[in-house]
Amino acid sequence: MKRTILTLIGVAVAGMVLAQSPEQRGLEVAKAADKYDEGFGSSASKLTMVLTNKQGQESTRFMSNQTLELTEDGDKSLIVFNSPRDVKGTATLTYTHKQGSDDQWLYLPAISRVKRISSNNKSGPFMGSEFAYEDLSSQEVEKYTYKFLKEEQINGVSALVVERDPVDVKSGYTRQIVWYNKDNYRLEQIEFYDRKNALLKTLAYSDYKVYKEKHWRASQMEMTNHQTGKKTKLIFDEYNFGLNLKEEDFSQNSLKRASR
Amino acid sequence: MTNKFQNLKEQSREFGQRWGEKVVRHKWPVLIGTLLFAMVFAAGGQMGFNSDYHVFFSEDNPQLLAYDGLQNKYTKDDNVFIVLAPKDGEVFTQETLTAIEELTAESWQTPHSSRVDAITNFQYTRAIDDDLYVDDLIQDAANKSDAELAELKEIATTDIRLVKRLINEKGSVTAVNVTVRLPTQDNGESAEVAAFVRKMVADIEAKYPNIETHLSGMVMMNSAFFEAFSQDLMTLTPLMFLIIIITILLTTRTLSGTFATLIVIALSIMTAMGFGAHTGISLTPPSGAFINIILTLAVADSIHVLITVIQQMKKGVAKKEAIVESLRLNFMPVFITSMTTIIGFLSMNFSDAPPFRDLGNLTAVGMFAAFIYSTLTLPALLAILPVKIKVSAPKEGRLPFLERLAEFVIAKKKPVIIVSTLFILISSVLVFKNELNDEFIKYFSKDVPFRSDTDYISDNLTGIYTVEYSVGAGEEGGINNPAYLAKLREFEDWLYTQDEVIHVNAFTEVMKQVNKSMHGDDPAYYRMPTERDEAAQYLLLYEMSLPFGLDLNNQVNVDKSETRMIVTINNIPTQSMLAFNDRAKDWLENNAPEHMYSDGVSSTMMFAHLSERQITSMIQGTIIALIIISFVLGFAIRSGKFGLISLIPNITPVIAGLGMWALMYGYINMGISIVFGMTLGIIVDDTVHFLSKYLRARRELGKSPEDAVRYAFSTVGQALLVTSFVLIAGFLVLAQSSFGLNSDMAKITVLIIALALILDFLMLPALLMLAPSKRAQDVKEKTIKLETNLDPAPAV
Repeated sequence: MKRTILTLIGVAVAGMVLAQSPEQRGLEVAKAADKYDEGFGSSASKLTMVLTNKQGQESTRFMSNQTLELTEDGDKSLIVFNSPRDVKGTATLTYTHKQGSDDQWLYLPAISRVKRISSNNKSGPFMGSEFAYEDLSSQEVEKYTYKFLKEEQINGVSALVVERDPVDVKSGYTRQIVWYNKDNYRLEQIEFYDRKNALLKTLAYSDYKVYKEKHWRASQMEMTNHQTGKKTKLIFDEYNFGLNLKEEDFSQNSLKRASR
Repeated sequence: MTNKFQNLKEQSREFGQRWGEKVVRHKWPVLIGTLLFAMVFAAGGQMGFNSDYHVFFSEDNPQLLAYDGLQNKYTKDDNVFIVLAPKDGEVFTQETLTAIEELTAESWQTPHSSRVDAITNFQYTRAIDDDLYVDDLIQDAANKSDAELAELKEIATTDIRLVKRLINEKGSVTAVNVTVRLPTQDNGESAEVAAFVRKMVADIEAKYPNIETHLSGMVMMNSAFFEAFSQDLMTLTPLMFLIIIITILLTTRTLSGTFATLIVIALSIMTAMGFGAHTGISLTPPSGAFINIILTLAVADSIHVLITVIQQMKKGVAKKEAIVESLRLNFMPVFITSMTTIIGFLSMNFSDAPPFRDLGNLTAVGMFAAFIYSTLTLPALLAILPVKIKVSAPKEGRLPFLERLAEFVIAKKKPVIIVSTLFILISSVLVFKNELNDEFIKYFSKDVPFRSDTDYISDNLTGIYTVEYSVGAGEEGGINNPAYLAKLREFEDWLYTQDEVIHVNAFTEVMKQVNKSMHGDDPAYYRMPTERDEAAQYLLLYEMSLPFGLDLNNQVNVDKSETRMIVTINNIPTQSMLAFNDRAKDWLENNAPEHMYSDGVSSTMMFAHLSERQITSMIQGTIIALIIISFVLGFAIRSGKFGLISLIPNITPVIAGLGMWALMYGYINMGISIVFGMTLGIIVDDTVHFLSKYLRARRELGKSPEDAVRYAFSTVGQALLVTSFVLIAGFLVLAQSSFGLNSDMAKITVLIIALALILDFLMLPALLMLAPSKRAQDVKEKTIKLETNLDPAPAV
């Protein structure tokens, strides 16, 4: 009798697992991905941004980037622009939040002042590129609702395909389709659908390298805008996970320091 | 010599006779064969309709390339301009602003939309504490107090980026501009966008009865092209058919003859359509006019053949013999007049705008088909169908009016020449009073909603025509250079001093506004930043604050080395637009460094340049058509003297027509420019008929010049009246087109055809009587040849 009950419970549990809704499974994938990358502490890298228009004309910008991992709230990051010449030394500081809008500041060396960026608009293009600010900021789990779609092969690996819908009403997207690598949850590709639910952009990740044994970072991210034919390539190099950055390296005062 | 010409005449008539005999003998195979051919040919495909305004421009049109280049640098902007006019005359109420917010949100759902601009989502920049704050100007309007609404009104109606662009100064009319990026220039996409917007706007009007809407913009213009065309097809074509049927019935009084003629016309149109489908010609409003033009012109061929058959049968000749006799007499004249008409239409290939080339080719094919079917299908059908004609004594087809006219010209030949010469001289001076004008809004008649909506917009809100300048800064990031910004502002200020200019959308306005907000909204800082790095960093901050879709990509290029200036101008003739652009170009060249030089481009400028290019190319086309037609006539007449005389009544109606047009309308557009070659091919027929009768009377019948004129009037006078009547009626119907290019073309054609008739009845006989006589023998020989080829059907 006891065995029968146990068996029943077992079947019920298995059934529940099987009966997991696509929403639950999607959220699980997102959480697992977040979990997998936990514990990198802080990182720094050099960043090259190459903008290409429809005719193939290119324009290149250089930046450097630092990120600090936080678990109780979203990550903090700092980007310093090294070119074009006119904005050299300009730096942005971002505090991502699990709930609500992110905080963002910009340091303008021309007037030696830190200015806060209005908090509502996070969907515009970053430095005239095909990346919106929301594409680049820390991808906190809470910023989307999820729906598992399917498993499929991409870039020669099997991937979990999840749809995620932005929570922020000011987002430029209705939904995104994300391909997670099934083994290590690194991102393989994201498709962005605009407000009228038409495919707007595709972001492809490539040249992955692994740091501190389990932290996968793509050396190249290429965003293609299908509606304008423009492209932006982000190239990351000189990744450094050993700087041991602290919270005080991500304050408004540190913006001015970083700028030098 | 005489024998040789006599032989030629006989040979040619024998050919017509043999043709007629064969057709009558093999009537069934001929009928079925031609019907099958037309059907199979027409079934080969369907002509698609293309109403994108780009169809007016050939692929290598320099202005099109320039505009494409500019749009590639920034953004490609086709748009729908939705105007909202609250009936209470106040935009800034909770209800109306809420409606605008809703409409703006919904507009993002428009297929292929890339951007939506409204007063509500206008990115208003202000200083809050020490920070730059950029956000939608109006949010949650439903909960705004009267004071807040008044403040918003003050901001919106004074911001230079909004006023006269998205809102009028009084705050009583506003607009939502939806920018769309159509992936290809395919009409389906324009239609899809237009349908979506119409539904959206209808929903808003239903929900907010206080709001009246008007739709304009390039997408709506594209769809208006299609609507104007369908409207014409549904109203004008049936009317044209009706007029044709009545005319044939009245002149021939036979049902089977009328039926046979209609079959010929239908087959001709089908063949032209099949040709269009096989060669991939797409229907456009101008090329679509081919249906009505073939309807009008094709009837003439059939009438000539038909009338002779009836006249013969009235004399008591049996039907079959009457048909053979008709072809014997008419084959050559119909062939030659068809050829001249075809040459006239082929001259449209010189046009710079593809739709007019298509129109010329479609009509030329249709006219050739009409010739073939009039000499094959028509006689075969007549041979098969019962044709009942009462034998009656031949009546002289004389009209007292024509007789009096003949006597008048004979009595007053010198005054007639003097008056008509004066008339033509005055007209030719007036010709140059015509202005080139291709204001594309005026292509649509006032009963097309697009036209009335657009007129409403230019009366109440802003202009429809724009000129765009991409002003270079010479280097990457150079747009932040204070020297560049200062010069750009100077240019903007200069533009505002020009009478034509309604609004200038310039990058300088962004810079001024940001600079002010970076200095705590101090109005003293409403000017350009003074340092380059300062400007660049402010701009970076501003750009990072902009939301999705409302970025600066439409104003600033990727490497920040150029900015785009959009100048909205009044409704002025295109020549004035070109003059304005020249002044602007000159200003830059005289006042700015070389990298800032810029030529105005835009769809408006494309059309403005097109009429100029079109006129020059059509003058070439007309001259070549004239040479070829003269060659054909010369070949037919074999007389230099009469060939030259015949040129006068062929060329002068066009000159006189343009002169009178200058008094009536005073402008020339693309549609009018194609008329010269086309009418030349048509009016030449009248001259030829009159001349051939005159010469026959002079030399074959040995009449005096005066009697020869009487003879010409009595034999072809009425026929010329009838064919001119059909032509005038046909083009008068086309003149009712809701598409202005077609109606203008038809109106001036009516004028020219009417003038051609008048000059053929007055000036031509006077000229003939006053021309010095040549050696009798010489004239006689040539006359024989002329008769051979050109003797048309006798008068009705």
